[in-house]
Amino acid sequence: MELTHTAGVRAFRAEARDWLAAHVPASPLPSLETAEGFAAHRAWEALLHRGRWAVVSWPEEYGGRGVDLERWLVFEEEYWAAGAPGRVSQNGISLLAPTLLAHGTERQRARVLPPMASGEVIWAQAWSEPEAGSDLASLTSRAERTEGGWLLTGQKTWSSRAAFADRAFGIFRSEASQAGAAKPHQGLTYLMFDLRAPGVTVRPIGRLDGKPAFAELFLDRVFVPDEDVIGEPGQGWRIAMSTTGNERGLTLRSPGRFLAAAGRLVSLWEAAGDPGDTAMRDRVADAVVGARAYELFTWANAARFAAGETIGAESSLNKVFWSQYDIALHETALDLLGADAELVDGAWAEPWVFSLAGPIYAGTNEIQRDIIAERLLGLPKGRR
Amino acid sequence: MRFLPTDEQRDFARTLRALLGAADVPAAVRAWGAGEHGPGRTVWARAAGTGLFALAADEAYDGLGPLPVETAFGFVEWGRSGMPGPAVETAAVAVLLSRLGDGTLAKRFLPGLLAGEVLATLTLPGGGPYALDADAAACRFRVSRAGELRLARTAGERLASTDPARRLFRPAVAEEEPLAEGPRVLEAAAAALGWARLLTAAQCLGVGEALLARTVAYAKQRTQFGTPIGGFQAVKHRLADTLMALEFARPLLWAGALSLERGEVAAAKLTAGEAAYAAAMTALQVHGAVGYTEELDLSLWLRKARPLRDAWGTPSQCRADVLEARLPLTGR
Repeated sequence: MELTHTAGVRAFRAEARDWLAAHVPASPLPSLETAEGFAAHRAWEALLHRGRWAVVSWPEEYGGRGVDLERWLVFEEEYWAAGAPGRVSQNGISLLAPTLLAHGTERQRARVLPPMASGEVIWAQAWSEPEAGSDLASLTSRAERTEGGWLLTGQKTWSSRAAFADRAFGIFRSEASQAGAAKPHQGLTYLMFDLRAPGVTVRPIGRLDGKPAFAELFLDRVFVPDEDVIGEPGQGWRIAMSTTGNERGLTLRSPGRFLAAAGRLVSLWEAAGDPGDTAMRDRVADAVVGARAYELFTWANAARFAAGETIGAESSLNKVFWSQYDIALHETALDLLGADAELVDGAWAEPWVFSLAGPIYAGTNEIQRDIIAERLLGLPKGRR
Repeated sequence: MRFLPTDEQRDFARTLRALLGAADVPAAVRAWGAGEHGPGRTVWARAAGTGLFALAADEAYDGLGPLPVETAFGFVEWGRSGMPGPAVETAAVAVLLSRLGDGTLAKRFLPGLLAGEVLATLTLPGGGPYALDADAAACRFRVSRAGELRLARTAGERLASTDPARRLFRPAVAEEEPLAEGPRVLEAAAAALGWARLLTAAQCLGVGEALLARTVAYAKQRTQFGTPIGGFQAVKHRLADTLMALEFARPLLWAGALSLERGEVAAAKLTAGEAAYAAAMTALQVHGAVGYTEELDLSLWLRKARPLRDAWGTPSQCRADVLEARLPLTGR
């Protein structure tokens, strides 16, 4: 057992650190959930891509560096420690790209991945529907066969980034479910579509703080060519679940993000904390310990990956942990700020609002706990 | 970076787990609480035969170590089994005597301790005030704030613990043999404190895992409203949270064992102690009234969880250490 990097990894870290020090904007970009901020973040993605830091874990031919998970985690540590902007391309990079790499065709990868890496095309996800949230497999948006492709009809919602994004991906019902059929996750197809195609209406939804962080999508016979179907038609559920595994697992929220946030919290505590307030001190200590625990848990899982094991339901432990941790950390920061906590332009207010969504998206924490209990502890399935 | 146990480390843990699992530990715990150490000492000697204590001692003094990672794996199994006795203290004494580097003292005490023939207990600055199981331990060490290492001739006054299997004694400071003194003693004591904290964290993790395993088994077989209670979301989610706390404590324990740095060890102790206590509270609630009885063996682990959470570093002390020692946050 070891917890040290090789000289090669340390050199990679140094290279990333140097590049970031020279290129990270001196002052924060406007919120990426605004039109102005979205454009600024897109421009940052382009700069990151020119330095070949946008997608380090991808194969070189698509704009990456082909590095292993260990180096990706090291890059993420450096990225967040440098105070670099949030990733507006996150949905595409961490959800769609792994799906294409696992299930897409060579032509799809060559067509879709390079503009995703450069920020030229920014992707939104289109999973949930008004009547299909946690019970995603009950979705009813349809994909109907037509000449040379499919016609999408229905409504998607809570589609992150869709207010300003270019394209979206999601699953659609392509085979009519038999009445009373017990298997709602059959007959679904995974498709990519253009958010500006005829028949698409995007209605932005104001997040808790009013920013249009997600949107409803109304689809009325939207044409999707066959080349934009991922995998076999009808296999969408299995393919989508392989992405949500990624999402919940090691790639959605890297430890570097929380290590950096915990570091900022310690700085805030040192600047604004009352040394005699041991209750507050304990919460700051818990934030430090939590970031380290999450980091170490990830290193252990990365080593399991490297040894050829797969991470299954354990990724649900991951998701519940970081989403709860993130809220507690931000609440501690707000408490340290006192009366200034509610000021929107403060460094902690918007991240706090963002953290509140963590236990809800990417599979609610209630669903995750069901998965943990049933698959890791072997408890019986019950009614949700 | 391979942050995972090696095959040898896994094998050692598996061996010790099988050995302890085959013994009637619950009976030994109950006897121990009544002051009958015989059954417990039989298991103790067998566990020592796997090298459990020798792993903490230097090779120069007939030890196998110092191998903190392997020792920590061993103490997870010790905790899982519910074994009583001053095991953490005995291992910490092995560290203290190794670090002290006094050949005469090492020869006098270590062979018996490492072989599991003699038990030791220990109090030192930064630890708790009471000597655990000073009646079972023939060697009762104390390090004073002034840096004197002393050996008590008698066990001292006994104080009952909420866990009957933890027999506490007020050190008999009036009847002590001086063994050594000076800054070297304080340095060795600081190392022993770090190990004691680490191994208590390991023991906590094992206790917590045992509590969760028993509770999951119970939730699968206990039926109410015509269905196993483990199918109810309120029960499932509490058990899921219990598992999560234990699973995130484990890598902290590993990192603490790898570095033995004060902040890392404190983080491990804090997290494992809290996770084990949370597992105890879950176990108690999910078992219902029967879990609140001393008759059910579950009580043997339930009663350990709280004192172990506080032994060799309370959560508050550990949190202070985490901030003082500046746990690394990036850039290693």
